[in-house]
Amino acid sequence: MTQQPASVPVLSAESIQQRDNPYIMTVRRLFQHRSAQLGMALLGILIICAIFAEQIAPFDPIVPLKNVKRRDVACIHLLGCPAEQQEHLMGIDGNSRDLFSRIIFGARLSLIIGISTVSFAIIIGCFLGAIAGFIGGWLDDLIMRSLDVLMAFPSLLLAIAIVAVLGPGLINALLAIAIIEIPIFARVVRASVLSVKELDFISASRSLGASELRILLTRILPNALTPLIVQGTLGIASAILSAAALSFLGLGAEFPTPEWGLMLGEERNSVFNAPHLVFFPGIAIMLTVLSFNLIGDGLRDALDPRLANHGA
Amino acid sequence: MAQFLVRRLFLVLPVLLGILLVTFTITRLVPGDPCYVMLGEHATESTCNEFKARFGLDKSLPEQFIRYVMNISQGDFGNSLKDRRPITTIIAERLPMTMELTFFAMMFASVFGVVLGVVSALNRNSFIDTLTMLGANIGVSMPVFWLGLLLAYIFALVLKDTPFQLPPSGRLSAGMSLVPLAKTWGIENPTGLKAFVLSLLSYSAILNGLLTGNYALTLDAIKHLLLPATAVGTISLAVIARMTRSALLDVLGQDFIRTARAKGLKYSLVIQRHALRNALIPIVTIIGIQTGGLLSGAVLTETIFSLPGVGSRMVDAILGRDYPVVQGFSVVIALIFVFTNLIVDASYAYLDPRVRVK
Repeated sequence: MTQQPASVPVLSAESIQQRDNPYIMTVRRLFQHRSAQLGMALLGILIICAIFAEQIAPFDPIVPLKNVKRRDVACIHLLGCPAEQQEHLMGIDGNSRDLFSRIIFGARLSLIIGISTVSFAIIIGCFLGAIAGFIGGWLDDLIMRSLDVLMAFPSLLLAIAIVAVLGPGLINALLAIAIIEIPIFARVVRASVLSVKELDFISASRSLGASELRILLTRILPNALTPLIVQGTLGIASAILSAAALSFLGLGAEFPTPEWGLMLGEERNSVFNAPHLVFFPGIAIMLTVLSFNLIGDGLRDALDPRLANHGA
Repeated sequence: MAQFLVRRLFLVLPVLLGILLVTFTITRLVPGDPCYVMLGEHATESTCNEFKARFGLDKSLPEQFIRYVMNISQGDFGNSLKDRRPITTIIAERLPMTMELTFFAMMFASVFGVVLGVVSALNRNSFIDTLTMLGANIGVSMPVFWLGLLLAYIFALVLKDTPFQLPPSGRLSAGMSLVPLAKTWGIENPTGLKAFVLSLLSYSAILNGLLTGNYALTLDAIKHLLLPATAVGTISLAVIARMTRSALLDVLGQDFIRTARAKGLKYSLVIQRHALRNALIPIVTIIGIQTGGLLSGAVLTETIFSLPGVGSRMVDAILGRDYPVVQGFSVVIALIFVFTNLIVDASYAYLDPRVRVK
């Protein structure tokens, strides 16, 4: 799919190639996109928190602290907290643990949750969508109608029902979320496969003797990459939200895991006397989901060739 | 139009069958012998055999599935393991609450979503537009249960003793209670469908109040629904606002809008009659799709605001491994979802005559 550089006599071949390389153009458009910039900045902070959680978090996220008041409000030295008192940026939770440390470690878990579920869903969805679109016929009907049935359930409720069968727990919750995301990716891949399958360059490959598998993997599937990247990014956002919801209901992560949804669930009854315990985990979830949503929007615009000259 | 509807109804049938197959399979996948799951670990072999014979569990799987479909088509979802009550009865008690919540959330999301979207589109790239779209992005990123807790905190504690104070939990204020309509109207021991419908109407506090002239009850119920409905509707509001904006911008760029303007029509009329009407189809689609999200949101919100709806009961059932209830409720919710989509399809045909022909 690389474009041949046009022969403009004034510029050297390399500089044109660099200017017209679609990948470089896409990345440039993404970095110029207002909301994508904000999203990437947020995500950058999150990734740093996730990688350096041990270094950033001042306390252990799981072991209860001694000599602290349960559900105590934040103590920040700069804001007038006495210097002899231990600093707790977001206060203490109901089990005498430093909330800030738990939020930082939660970033690691949330990113793993989002990326692992979506990767799983993409692999299975890609496989099903590619088979359905490429082979067609009764197999296409069977796969797509089965996925339609999955989509006939409100997604979170289906996840809840799956967890009900598998039993509560983080791994089962992740599996449930991955399953409910499969139909979206399968549809995206199938649509891309159908849109290029009958085109001339496919017939050309076939007449050159390329095997069906080779055509599928090297000629057809790369066309599905663009919508998959966009859908995948948005999928991570919804997966993180769903996982938080399941943990909140007590069907996902279990005590004492520093999972944001679980932290909210554990403290939901103390919202009136210790609102900070509800406020901070929620903000963390919101900013994480927001970052992926913003990047997803930016990617959609950056990868859309029709918008190429607008520079959003 | 009628022909279109009949054709769409027939297309729903395989989906319905699929839904039943999924819920049937889900309960068959539960680890462990269903007998011990249902009767407890101390069940003896003879009671187990009797149990299996009674519920047809000794038959082959296809036979069991046919029996399951037959039972459901007659409105028999089995009994709850917890209190041995028929699931149909539980649904009739719980569903009205969830429907009320979903309805209010939907109204909130559609009205404000469309208005915000239109304002944004008409003031494209202005400060209002940027603010609305940033707000919409934040709106879709918020966990609904968190928003619910925040709203409860703000409206019940921060705004306490102001006119804006709202109740943070429960269905009705202390001292208010729902009287079954059968009792009010003096109908003794209703059965079958009549009992089901009466129960549905009775447990809808809003309708109950309206039907019996007890307007204080209706008002109180609405007051208790405001916060949960706002929490549930916010995500959909954001999605609808974004969709309205882009759909309207799409239409505004087309030739017939320029023609309408060129022939001297007032701008407000062009927007109302030409632009909005054409932008409605994607908006209606997204409102329909949001129903599923609203039902999911209702589940989470009911647990926060301690509302006696389908969602809170379903979570209880899952934690208590009450599989028949999970199964029955899943079927009912999926049915509601499928029929909402059907109504959305029908509304396309109404809005856009081209759809009817295809």
